[in-house]
Amino acid sequence: MSAREEILGRVRAALAGVDPSGPVPPAPRVPVTDPADLVNLFADRVADYRAVVERCTAVELPERLAAALPPGARVVIAPGLGVTVPGAVVDDGLTALELDQFGAVVTAARVGIAETGTIVLDHGPGQGRRVISLIPDHHVCLVRTDQVVADVPDAIELLDPARPLTWISGPSATSDIELDRVEGVHGPRVLDVIVVEA
Amino acid sequence: MSGTFVGMPAFPEAARAALGDTQLRHNLAHATATIRDRRARVVAEVPAWEELRLVGAAVKESALVDLERHLLRLEETLTANGAVVHWAGDAAEANAIVARIARGHGVDEVVKVKSMATQEIGLNEALAEQGIAAWETDLAELIVQLGNDLPSHILVPAIHRNRAEIREIFRDRMGEVGRAAPEDLSDEPAMLAGAARLHLREKFLRAKVAVSGANFAVAETGTLVVVESEGNGRMCLTLPEVLISVVGIEKVVPTWAGLDPLLRLLPRSSTGERMNPYTSTWSGVTPGDGPQEVHVVLLDNGRTRALADDVGRQALRCIRCSACLNVCPVYERVGGHAYGSVYPGPIGAILNPLMRGVGSDAQVDSLPYASSLCGACFEVCPVRIDIPQVLVHLRSRVVDGHRGDPVPKAEAVAMRATAWAFTDARRLALAERASSMAGRVLSRLGRSTLPGGRATAGRLPGASAWTNARDLPAPPRESFRAWWRRTDGGRGQDRS
Ligand code: SF4
Repeated sequence: MSAREEILGRVRAALAGVDPSGPVPPAPRVPVTDPADLVNLFADRVADYRAVVERCTAVELPERLAAALPPGARVVIAPGLGVTVPGAVVDDGLTALELDQFGAVVTAARVGIAETGTIVLDHGPGQGRRVISLIPDHHVCLVRTDQVVADVPDAIELLDPARPLTWISGPSATSDIELDRVEGVHGPRVLDVIVVEA
Repeated sequence: MSGTFVGMPAFPEAARAALGDTQLRHNLAHATATIRDRRARVVAEVPAWEELRLVGAAVKESALVDLERHLLRLEETLTANGAVVHWAGDAAEANAIVARIARGHGVDEVVKVKSMATQEIGLNEALAEQGIAAWETDLAELIVQLGNDLPSHILVPAIHRNRAEIREIFRDRMGEVGRAAPEDLSDEPAMLAGAARLHLREKFLRAKVAVSGANFAVAETGTLVVVESEGNGRMCLTLPEVLISVVGIEKVVPTWAGLDPLLRLLPRSSTGERMNPYTSTWSGVTPGDGPQEVHVVLLDNGRTRALADDVGRQALRCIRCSACLNVCPVYERVGGHAYGSVYPGPIGAILNPLMRGVGSDAQVDSLPYASSLCGACFEVCPVRIDIPQVLVHLRSRVVDGHRGDPVPKAEAVAMRATAWAFTDARRLALAERASSMAGRVLSRLGRSTLPGGRATAGRLPGASAWTNARDLPAPPRESFRAWWRRTDGGRGQDRS
């Protein structure tokens, strides 16, 4: 008998006589709030993770972006970003080793979650392959105000599980040494989130 | 390679040895108190927390009571997404599958993201036997691995090491296995993390094969989820060409929507954060992005034994947040190693007997007694596992199993005494006064030496731990960890 048949047989035997209907009550949701409050909460919660949060209009964005990027750093951006970043290289399948030579990356996002201060990338247009927002040490992420939702269940509803997803809440961190929080182990050590008025 | 827990002394002995290790006790007390406070703060922020716990428990329970259907669905969706699904009945089968895939790609190393399932099956050791080095990439796991040591806490496995020890480990060992630590390495946590970043980046950039676990596996969509902090998980899940994920069959979540309560419960319960820095989800292969060959190994290794226990089944709901460890008075004092398993603390005290089987050895049978039944673990558990209820149930099974014994099992008797002593402070004071008597009881039970060659302390571990250093027995000739290294986790020491 294959391992598969054996395991499934053991599962069946273990549950003989057990009612297979496990009712799941609906998960609680946070009360609906004013969209402006939602964006404020999002910005506060992102900042709590020691990420840099800025807010601006679409017109101000290019200037803010230029100011946020580390001076002299090589910058990579995802195809379809929709904002011009002077001097930036558009990713066209760079290798990890090549990406290691870049100091910063600019991407868009799919969803912002206010309650938890999380941005979620689904690696669609403007966000790029997972690797580009992972290797460079500084990640600038653009979130539109109309992308901000209240809480995790709202994000889950919007997100397509068929796509790879990266949920980001602050810069990479560890508390493995005597529980001292250290920002940045392997992921980007600096995270800038620019919230753009939609 | 890190050691395994094979041959670990039973809980009472190991606990007494650990209690003599003041560094370990100090670090653990600090760690558990800090994480406890953080958790309490972020949990208080969620008004519907109790409701959320009920939903989280219901999601996991619904998967367990109809596990066959959900496993088959998971297999189907994963396969449709381009993943290759393997089934492993036990540790040896799982290890053989991973080794075969790695060998098929001609590699002599793999990068790994922290996974309790792979620790449970001893994957690193099994791969080493095949000439394949498995590099742990989680900072704490790296410390444990380079220190040739064992993890002591689910969440912060190197909590028994302080910064000076970590610096020594990095300076001594990094160069032997890759990029050496910088000459001027200080014991600043940021400096140490920086050294780990450089050491591991070299490995990430050249790795062809990665091994991970998964926090959740969504049956409906064929999606695996890894929750982490450092970004080493993202590195392993993104950079290599081949990804192998070893997933316990209890990790199944029936629906995509079912992830919601769990992703809200886990980070707050675990690290005391509103959300952990990184969560990655992937559904098989994504053309042009990430690993183009994806394997999923579905692992039983005793889980169906636990599933068959009507009272104990709920332990399989565990999402490994470690909240129960941090509130446990027994765990705080004896540390993770004393449980002799990759699953320590209150959850370990039930999961190990359930998965390995009551009566399988003295170590396992002593675990249900490693508790005072104070109930704190149930109160913090995000998926409402009634650990005290399962402990009581398992104790009766241990007792039933030993009914025919001519004399009571030493471990059982000793642990009953310990558990009793932990229940409240008044009893502890009594226990302290009665300790010489307890010592006589313990020595009548025939324990002549402890790990490390120390004579029995002649005191209840609870008593000496709670009444500060003055009462501690004379320092052992050899520390617990030194004993551990010398005897290769007890395997090299004859115990009767
Ligand atoms: S038993 Fe509950 S509290 Fe303990 S680790 Fe598992 S989920 Fe967390």
